[in-house]
Amino acid sequence: MRRFIEGSHAMAEATKLCRPEVIAAYPITPQTHIVEHLSQFIADGNLNAKSINVESEHSAASCVLGSQAAGSRSFTCTSSQGLILMSEVLFCIAGMRLPVMLICANRAVSAPINIWNDQQDSIAIRDAGLIQIYAENIQEAVDLIIAGHKIGENPKVMLPVMVCVDGFILTHGMEVVDIPSQDKVDNFLPPYNPPYKLDINNPMSFGLLGDPSVYTETRYAIQKTLEDVLQIIPKVGGEFNDIFGRSSVGLIEEYKTSDAETILVAMGSVCGTIKDIVDIQRNKGKKIGLLKIIAYRPFPQAEVKKALSQAKNVGIVDKNISLGSNGALYSEIKSILPEKIKVNGFVAGLGGRDIKPSTVEKIIESTEKEENPCKFVDLNEELLWKEFKTV
Amino acid sequence: MKEIKIFARAGQGAITTAAILGEALFHENKFSYAFPHFGAARMGAPMNAFLRFDQKPIRLRSQIYNPDYIIIIDPTLIESEKCFDNLKNQGKAVVALRENTKIPSRDDITISSLPAEQIALDIIGKPFANTILLGAFAKATGEVKLDSITKAVGERFKNKPEILEKNIEAVKKGYSSV
Repeated sequence: MRRFIEGSHAMAEATKLCRPEVIAAYPITPQTHIVEHLSQFIADGNLNAKSINVESEHSAASCVLGSQAAGSRSFTCTSSQGLILMSEVLFCIAGMRLPVMLICANRAVSAPINIWNDQQDSIAIRDAGLIQIYAENIQEAVDLIIAGHKIGENPKVMLPVMVCVDGFILTHGMEVVDIPSQDKVDNFLPPYNPPYKLDINNPMSFGLLGDPSVYTETRYAIQKTLEDVLQIIPKVGGEFNDIFGRSSVGLIEEYKTSDAETILVAMGSVCGTIKDIVDIQRNKGKKIGLLKIIAYRPFPQAEVKKALSQAKNVGIVDKNISLGSNGALYSEIKSILPEKIKVNGFVAGLGGRDIKPSTVEKIIESTEKEENPCKFVDLNEELLWKEFKTV
Repeated sequence: MKEIKIFARAGQGAITTAAILGEALFHENKFSYAFPHFGAARMGAPMNAFLRFDQKPIRLRSQIYNPDYIIIIDPTLIESEKCFDNLKNQGKAVVALRENTKIPSRDDITISSLPAEQIALDIIGKPFANTILLGAFAKATGEVKLDSITKAVGERFKNKPEILEKNIEAVKKGYSSV
């Protein structure tokens, strides 16, 4: 049913439709409303799940690790410092091959304390072995949550899935969203039936010592699985489209790229803003397009390379920075493109700094004229130490 | 696409105002994106809520800098927040008036003002100006029907019957006051 609804509320509805059995989360802005709605569903008797009150995100992640290992579909969500605190356990969840669902309401990481949006938190734990998928709008967040369960819980996958949604922009924004019916979701997503679980009739252990004789093979197994996920995501996306009639689940989305000379690349909600600017500049005769990255882990190298192969100029927008190197998406893409394509990296939208239409216009102009691996956009020169001033 | 910026203090219902308006526009098959701008806001701190709407889904995610319409819930913010500075040429403002409220003079805009807090005190018994301003907005701009606003208010307060009728009356009073 189509509704005008707040993002966090819609994501809680989507989670409820997936029939989680255990929910453990610790409140942190801007994730809070998602957990509040889920707790309300449980309190009202509308969701038959066990909600576990925890004293930290480390405990929240530990609870869902345990409950998923016991064979229950389990859910948590967090942001920023909370995600960093979870990170030790997230590596374990992936290593134990447990398909926990996690929503990351993307937010900047301290210090200085900043509650606003960027994507530094999820990027910081990109190497944990989780599947990471990014939503452009609230509808996509809903769709990726539902599809994400099916991707992670595939017996050939069995890996945690993190759906990344830009904090405030998508969690606190309200828009028209189709919340699917329970029948359709049940039809799409079967009950969780893991190939292994903690079972007194068939005892087994998870996460024991893996000495040098076996550890490498566990990493190799996750790596090979994530390569397979590059085939599984489009397949699940097809099944999702068959049932729900939306092609929102995939590895990438190409927006007017086929004849584009200049292509911007981005993830998350900023893609909407970029699409509007692409349309405005197309109307002025500019051949410009957007490549939206949905799956960041596993990273769809072949698809990205193909989508950018005909471009002259590529401008990559990162809402994160690997300090001492470049934006994460830039490094990922620069390494797979041929020398003849001019590739620019931009760092923008950190700590909630607004990415305006004029910001995107500046990025396009620089992409066409310059070649920088890591250009900070909309810097306030007045705040910079004199030796760091760029003009 | 049209853009609205709402000026209020945290706790005065700016987000609710944007949410009700978005819901009302949804009933007219329009697409909205309503969103707050959060500071690390405490009750009483100046804050904004925004709403964009169009016949097609909204993709633009930036804040609103040059609104077509402004709604001022708290007129003590007019000067400090420079509420009128970036209102578009031919834009419209809906303003809750208090005694001594000074509205800057601009010839190129239309201003609809009403003592919304006093009306709210009379009808609802509390100084919540937002539902009155929503009625006034519908009349002043013609962007949304009165029926759509009352329907959206009805849904918003469906679990609070004690204030539902009063808020519907407030919307209608706001509509007829400008």
